Amino acid sequence: MRPPATDTGEPLFSIREARLHYRVGGALSALRGRSSVVKAVDGVSFAIARGESIGLLGESGCGKTSMGRLLLKLEKPTGGEILFDGEDVSRLKGKALRRYRARTQLIFQNPFDAVNPRFTIRAILAEPLENAGVPRAGHEARIVDALELVRLPQPAQYLDRYPHQLSGGQLQRVVMARALILQPEFVVADEPVSMLDVSVRAGVLNVFRDVRDRLGLTAIYISHDLALVRYVCERTIVMYLGKVMEDGPTEDIVHEPLHPYSKALVAAVPVPNPHQSHDPLPIGRGAPDPRNPPSGCVFRDRCPHAFDRCASEVPALRDAGTRQVACHLF
Amino acid sequence: MTETFLSVRDLKVSYRVGRGSLDAVDGVSFDVPRGSIVGLVGESGCGKTTVARALTRVMADNAFISGGRMLFDGRDLAALSERDMNALRWREIAFIPQSAMNSLDPVYTVEYQLNEVLRLRGGLGRAQARKRCEELFEMVGIEVGRLRDYPHQFSGGMRQRVAIALALALNPKLVIADEPVTALDVIVQRQILDQLRDLQRQLGISVILVTHDISVVAYICDRTVVMYAGHVAEQGTMEATLTQPSHPYSMGLRNAFPDLQGAASGVLTPIEGAPPSLADPPPGCRFAPRCPFSIEVCASVTPPQVEVEPGHFAACHRAGEAPALRERARHVSTWMAEA
Ligand SMILES: Nc1ncnc2c1ncn2[C@@H]1O[C@H](COP(=O)(O)OP(=O)(O)OP(=O)(O)O)[C@@H](O)[C@H]1O
Ligand SMILES: Nc1ncnc2c1ncn2[C@@H]1O[C@H](COP(=O)(O)OP(=O)(O)OP(=O)(O)O)[C@@H](O)[C@H]1O
Ligand code: SF4
Ligand SMILES: [Mg+2]
Ligand SMILES: [Mg+2]
Repeated sequence: MRPPATDTGEPLFSIREARLHYRVGGALSALRGRSSVVKAVDGVSFAIARGESIGLLGESGCGKTSMGRLLLKLEKPTGGEILFDGEDVSRLKGKALRRYRARTQLIFQNPFDAVNPRFTIRAILAEPLENAGVPRAGHEARIVDALELVRLPQPAQYLDRYPHQLSGGQLQRVVMARALILQPEFVVADEPVSMLDVSVRAGVLNVFRDVRDRLGLTAIYISHDLALVRYVCERTIVMYLGKVMEDGPTEDIVHEPLHPYSKALVAAVPVPNPHQSHDPLPIGRGAPDPRNPPSGCVFRDRCPHAFDRCASEVPALRDAGTRQVACHLF
Repeated sequence: MTETFLSVRDLKVSYRVGRGSLDAVDGVSFDVPRGSIVGLVGESGCGKTTVARALTRVMADNAFISGGRMLFDGRDLAALSERDMNALRWREIAFIPQSAMNSLDPVYTVEYQLNEVLRLRGGLGRAQARKRCEELFEMVGIEVGRLRDYPHQFSGGMRQRVAIALALALNPKLVIADEPVTALDVIVQRQILDQLRDLQRQLGISVILVTHDISVVAYICDRTVVMYAGHVAEQGTMEATLTQPSHPYSMGLRNAFPDLQGAASGVLTPIEGAPPSLADPPPGCRFAPRCPFSIEVCASVTPPQVEVEPGHFAACHRAGEAPALRERARHVSTWMAEA
């Protein structure tokens, strides 16, 4: 297992009531009485300790990528604040901002979308070095080091190849190497293996775990599959319609999910085992319209336990043993 | 009970590329018993879609069936005229293409697209078609009121349900679904699989389900056909292929998969390397370059299908030693690259 995090007490990130609301549709949807705002992230608070890996879990559209983009300052919060090392990220400018960009990195979902197909592997990896002003002479060695770090054997043989001349697993390692080449402290991995075959997925996940532990990286791992999150993160945050439903140790969520939505997510994870439950999932069908979330608890129209209070009062995220849960049942 | 309904024998499908051709499917044989769900599983590029499309004969322009037979209810699909084949499509064999949810026409309502099939293909009158549309939407669990919506007004999961409704429109006997849940998240995936299985049982149809995910096979299939680089590596009942994998490739897949029911400390083991190029496949067993158990003969002689248990076949020279190899395959060290 991984070594204990080098926790100095002060979290690397403090996220307080973060909001990212997108304005969608035009005047027309406003006329039809449809609220034209999507609350992709809506009042999310949590802290990320140094060296910690957190899984962001939830179904499509729940705001995982949006949360990741806020942390990387690729999107400006429409409310709340994000502190990195105690400093408000939205105030970073000039040199401080460049430093922040180098210290935080994103690993994309689809390796073939993440790179320019007309660049060689060498050029792809040199780009961040150039942007950071690393002298040319040092590039080759840094590139080879980065590729060795992600366990691409005999890296020199790949340098003059183009992306399509690599397999998906190899290219995903290159994408990872590019994110790591400036030795960041923090990475957001957005579904990094969803486009890869099962037989190579394990290799990429192992490299991710290994590199993270060796470099003491702090990481956010985004997925809708708890089995993958479990493999890389000791803590999981379950999101639904822009809000945190549950936050706690991954193993606890796997074995005893508390929030009704987490229960459905756990039950839905496919397992490669012929003897498994075929019971219907404990969740209503059909995700709600994100422009018109239900009042009170946003999950209530799909929740098998909803009662009166769920419609009138938004459940706060409260302590429940080892975790925090936003549900009136707790 | 287990009457064979579709029987594929030595199927060979090739693509013309440049001046030569590439045999993407090279001698594939399997059976589909009536009323069963058969999972066609394997990694990207192994030929799953090529098999699925050959069965419907809706193939790429440069594709051709270069050998073998596909006996469907007594007829050889490989030998049927285009006209006869056309008469079978939708009515007897329906196809849900890979990324079907993105292949609905964005400029027509869903009802219009269902109507095209029902009226033009099925010869239904306006009123009958209307009724059938409603029936189909009810069957796949979408509010009838949404028939007049355009595809972009549906979520990915709902579009996939529409694609299933479309396939079932004319009561086919066989549905071939190519990766029907791949791009969907786990909750929607599960709900679609439940739906597909319920409908399959209710209607007594047979399904070939193409997927790269063995947990999808474990959840819903009766039989498994594991493909590797254009060949069948292993086939048998779902239960046997999953609990007693008898081809080293299937043994390896099992270790590469995160299992939520397994121990937290479990380590995933990749299968090192990549499948061979089909343009220039290696002689012998196509898995040999990645196989931890390969012996001399593997590099030169194509392994035959060995029946390890009644109805359970593995194309491996060492299939007779499967129980011992399974034991060794459990250990991470077995799969570590030597160099
Ligand atoms: N640029 C944008 N403009 C308007 N709406 C957006 C934008 N980006 C995201 N959204 C909306 O915000 C919500 C959250 O999207 P987000 O991409 O963060 O979800 P996600 O959890 O990453 O989903 P997925 O698993 O599909 O990647 C969705 O309803 C989405 O449609
Ligand atoms: N039109 C084509 N021309 C030439 N080669 C092709 C063509 N279509 C597919 N191939 C090749 O044939 C092989 C089998 O492709 P196929 O699409 O059947 O694989 P698959 O198992 O469905 O993969 P995936 O899981 O990625 O969908 C691959 O090597 C592919 O590159
Ligand atoms: S608050 Fe109510 S509706 Fe929301 S999850 Fe809990 S029980 Fe269900
Ligand atoms: Mg996303
Ligand atoms: Mg395919």
